[in-house]
Amino acid sequence: MSDTPVTRAEACVIACAEVFSDIGEVMVSPFGTIPALGARLAKLTFSPDLVLTDGEAALMVGAPPLGTKPGELTLEAAMTYRNVFSVVWSGRRTMIMMASQIDRYGNQNISAVGDPDRPKAQLVGCRGAPGNSVNHPTSYWVPDHSVRSFVPAVDVVCGVGYERAAAAGPGATRFHQIPRVVSNLGTFDFETPEHTMRLRSVHPGVSVDQVVEATGFELVIPDQVPETRAPTDAERQLIATLDPRGLRDREVAP
Amino acid sequence: MADKTTTVDEILAELSPGMTLGIGGWGSRRKPMAFIRALCRSSIEDLTVVAYGGPDVGLLCATGKVSRVITGFVTLDSIALDPHWRAARQAGTVALTEFDEGMVYLGLQAAAWRVPFLPSRAGLGADVLERNPELKTVTSPYPDGGVDGVELTAVPALHLDVAVVHANRADTEGNAQFLGPDPFFDDLFLGAADRRFVTAERVLGPGQLTGEGPMASISVNRLMTDGVAETPGGAHFTACPPDYGRDEAFQKEYAATAKDPEAWAGFKARYLDVDEDRYQAAVRERAEATP
Repeated sequence: MSDTPVTRAEACVIACAEVFSDIGEVMVSPFGTIPALGARLAKLTFSPDLVLTDGEAALMVGAPPLGTKPGELTLEAAMTYRNVFSVVWSGRRTMIMMASQIDRYGNQNISAVGDPDRPKAQLVGCRGAPGNSVNHPTSYWVPDHSVRSFVPAVDVVCGVGYERAAAAGPGATRFHQIPRVVSNLGTFDFETPEHTMRLRSVHPGVSVDQVVEATGFELVIPDQVPETRAPTDAERQLIATLDPRGLRDREVAP
Repeated sequence: MADKTTTVDEILAELSPGMTLGIGGWGSRRKPMAFIRALCRSSIEDLTVVAYGGPDVGLLCATGKVSRVITGFVTLDSIALDPHWRAARQAGTVALTEFDEGMVYLGLQAAAWRVPFLPSRAGLGADVLERNPELKTVTSPYPDGGVDGVELTAVPALHLDVAVVHANRADTEGNAQFLGPDPFFDDLFLGAADRRFVTAERVLGPGQLTGEGPMASISVNRLMTDGVAETPGGAHFTACPPDYGRDEAFQKEYAATAKDPEAWAGFKARYLDVDEDRYQAAVRERAEATP
């Protein structure tokens, strides 16, 4: 395996897995194929205490491959939606949500594109994003980085960004944190004086210019932009085992 | 003791235009679809619907029953977006009051507990508050993490005129039982409503639910209900475990009709403009015709 080049999807899995490092015994809720692989990889390697759900109404033991049949999972406790809200509001959770749009402050939109009263495109709705983003660390995954997803201002603020949280006051900022944004081009954080989005790393084969061109607002670009950490051979083996059907390459082309 | 058995048609007679209707279940899971189908056939319009939205919302929008939906999402689960809901929203025919999904929970809980609101962080900083000026914040009378005067969202009580939920089992007294992995918030939909109805796969005699599953699965008791109606297959095509799973092929057909007026007319004639017995027969024929 070490003689084949690292794929973009593998780099994205590593970037997502690292969102779940050093966070202890918390429930992780990864949306999207690659975040789900990242969570499972993290649990099998550097974050064994992570608590994963079966995607229905229970916590599951271990980190089985994607697509494992429900009857073949080993479950350990109930996690009904009512339980989920208790976890969210207790803060013992971290997650990667998807973002149809995201802006420089980390405001996220999954509700609608266009005028919200008569949208051009009605999307799923804000779901738990408003509550998640002000109750526990919430990162975002954007598999199609472009000027249509990385926008100057989102059409509906679902997940709350740094400037909106600050304006809403200490009730919103107390537990608000956006550790990371991961896209198919690179990783991003808000570790800047104004909490505006900074390019943290580019995935293998991606240039800084490419990221800038695909972003609809001004990113903070450090003098040196490292490459996203490459998976080890052992990690690549695990990713292949966790995703035997290669779903990751369908979400992000190799 | 009063016998609370009723029928879907009698439940429907409780509804009038302009009312607020709460619908149990979550996404495309354990929705009271037999009731929804009957509502689609009725002349009732201009409803406000509170739901964790699935094809119930899509069908009611497609048949013009709803003017406003209060929800955090509408999804078919295995199909991310309900195209009928999208079409109604994009045509501007149905208004959306968007809540964080946890706010729906708290709003129902507040109504069930007869308090005007419950506090939450959810909504702070988000367009949920910005775009719904009727939603207000409240200043905490107690310090929050050592800070005085913190503003929190005051999630308003979501009062319902009528609530309908679908259970696996119920009894003639009005107790109801959920045998699947998640009871969702059906008890709170009932608690938040003036008139409260359960449809169920089977309605048994008094005291018989304890033989069907553990006591904790009988989480709706008769203090919480006004009527129960037996509707076998009444959640089809949504999931109703352990009685049956989601009918994915049927759901795909439902979703595909949104972009094709002719297909929608055919779907409506075959599955919505008929009574429940003929619906269930048509579903069986469909399954038999599909290899």
